[in-house]
Amino acid sequence: MVLIYSDDIDITKELIAKGKELADETGGKVISTIIGEVDEEAANELIYHGSDEVIVVDAETGEFKADKYAQVLNQLVEKTDSEIILIGSNKNGKELAPRLAVKLETGCVTDCTDLYFEDDALTAERIAYSGKAIAVQTFTSKPYVATIPPKNFDPLPKDESRQGEITREKVEVTETGLRIIDIQEKEIKGVNVEDAEIIVSCGRGFDNKEDIELAEELAGSLRGATIGCSRPVAADLKWLPEDHWIGLSGHKVKPNLYVAIGISGQIQHIAGMRDSETVVAINENEDAPIFESADYGIVGDLYEVLPKLIDAINEEKG
Amino acid sequence: MNIAVCVKDVVDVSEIKIDEKTNEPILEGISREVSDIEKSAVEEAIKIKEEYGGKITVLTVGSVENMENIKELLAMGADEAVIISPPEEPDYTVVSELLAGAIDEIGDIDIVLCGEASIDLFSGQVGPRVAELLDIPQITYAEGLEAEEEKIVGERDVGGNKVMTVESSYPVLVTVTKEINDPRLPSLQEILGAANKPINEWESDEFMDHEIKPTMETKDIRGVSMERKNIIFDEDELEDSVKKLAENLAKEGLLE
Ligand SMILES: Cc1cc2nc3c(=O)[nH]c(=O)nc-3n(C[C@H](O)[C@H](O)[C@H](O)COP(=O)(O)OP(=O)(O)OC[C@H]3O[C@@H](n4cnc5c(N)ncnc54)[C@H](O)[C@@H]3O)c2cc1C
Repeated sequence: MVLIYSDDIDITKELIAKGKELADETGGKVISTIIGEVDEEAANELIYHGSDEVIVVDAETGEFKADKYAQVLNQLVEKTDSEIILIGSNKNGKELAPRLAVKLETGCVTDCTDLYFEDDALTAERIAYSGKAIAVQTFTSKPYVATIPPKNFDPLPKDESRQGEITREKVEVTETGLRIIDIQEKEIKGVNVEDAEIIVSCGRGFDNKEDIELAEELAGSLRGATIGCSRPVAADLKWLPEDHWIGLSGHKVKPNLYVAIGISGQIQHIAGMRDSETVVAINENEDAPIFESADYGIVGDLYEVLPKLIDAINEEKG
Repeated sequence: MNIAVCVKDVVDVSEIKIDEKTNEPILEGISREVSDIEKSAVEEAIKIKEEYGGKITVLTVGSVENMENIKELLAMGADEAVIISPPEEPDYTVVSELLAGAIDEIGDIDIVLCGEASIDLFSGQVGPRVAELLDIPQITYAEGLEAEEEKIVGERDVGGNKVMTVESSYPVLVTVTKEINDPRLPSLQEILGAANKPINEWESDEFMDHEIKPTMETKDIRGVSMERKNIIFDEDELEDSVKKLAENLAKEGLLE
């Protein structure tokens, strides 16, 4: 069996698609899990997208906690006799999977970009050295635990005629010493940089938050491009929310056009955008490493370059 | 408050080049470092010690090629270091078993601190694995931390525009992001003073009560090359440079 879990239903659907492929080789079914809120609709949705079964675990389990959810999944792995466990690679998934792997006394690969059988052993590929290399790793233990980042595999098309069993499970868990005191949720329209065809990305070269408007204006001229940013702009300065953050520890993107403005081009940033088709860099420092990773560059103060570039693009478009 | 900080001596990733013949990354001859995130973990430990006293032990698995990197952490304010030599080709199972075993051996640890991930492979497995092995709670991706007498409170950005405040009893494992603090630079005096701090080298059979076997095997690490045009538009007038850029984008069909 292939057991699937993510707290993000979109990632769950992508994992189901990959899970099906693996299940075709091993035999057995794809079983998805929903932990927490019992949501009939979500369970059906997973069946329509290819899951053979869905296990809904009682809401009493409560809000996500890695140590508790590892207990839940550990029991489900045993109950379903699963050989492969796929977990969505967001922050929750990445703190959950290694704990689960310890319980199962097995190996785990986080952030797999590919997963396949070779010589009867599951083999995983993942990015190493900030994207300078791909590591190919084989499990020498079972079951197999792997986390997969979002947008790595396409979900199967929705088929509302698909049928599958939805079961409810009650799972006993022991409370641990961790308590969630507060969750602040910022009400903002989320962006999806992974899907963007054009990204205009802002770095610490901007002097203040308001100036991001300049980048937005350029984005407007570029078919309504999506705004991205470097880690410090999201994590230190908090000028943009986390979902704009591109790089090793942020989102990985592959747009047709990536415009890096006031971004130095440290390797951890490059790790997130190296698969871009065309890269443009605007930076006042001609020695900034971003120019090595760029197709086109302009050396100059972004405050001078951007207004002129916007004009030139509008003119070029006619 | 007794604190263990887990660190890794890694290659400076930005220096890595790919061997054109073998298509493998060249790791020899590259300078090594303890990454900023792990220095932030040490810094956080020092801050807690300054308030509550106790002892900070830095733990690392693997051969340390550049001992200065460990000495720097001692100069910052850690009290002692333990370097554990692993069996060949350790994977995350082995590394975390050794760290958890060493933490048990030291005994009486209240807080285990790690970076969110080490900067070379960025798997983020060691923290959660060690927490599970020690059967203690974890606070991952902490960007703020406040130790109190009976509990510790952490702020974590969990993605999806959610920031979470959590608290845990002791003992606890915390992984930090580099935004949590700016690690201090030790003074010359502190560097000299650290020369006398103990750096212990441990063999796994001295403190492990069971055998550990790797669960993964790395079969291949192949380089990924990136080809870029590297054209800089540098006309006398900025107007002409941006015009050329716009023309090139149009030619590539990116302005349609
Ligand atoms: C574990 C770890 C993970 C990380 N993950 C990520 C990640 O996911 N994403 C990421 O982006 N970073 C990440 N980083 C951080 C990364 O190493 C860099 O620190 C970061 O990318 C730098 O951001 P920046 O380019 O915006 O800022 P800086 O490096 O400060 O660069 C600013 C640039 O702007 C230019 N500039 C300044 N003023 C102007 C102006 N007026 N006009 C034009 N140019 C100007 C400067 O020349 C400079 O090149 C990570 C680091 C670590 C340790």
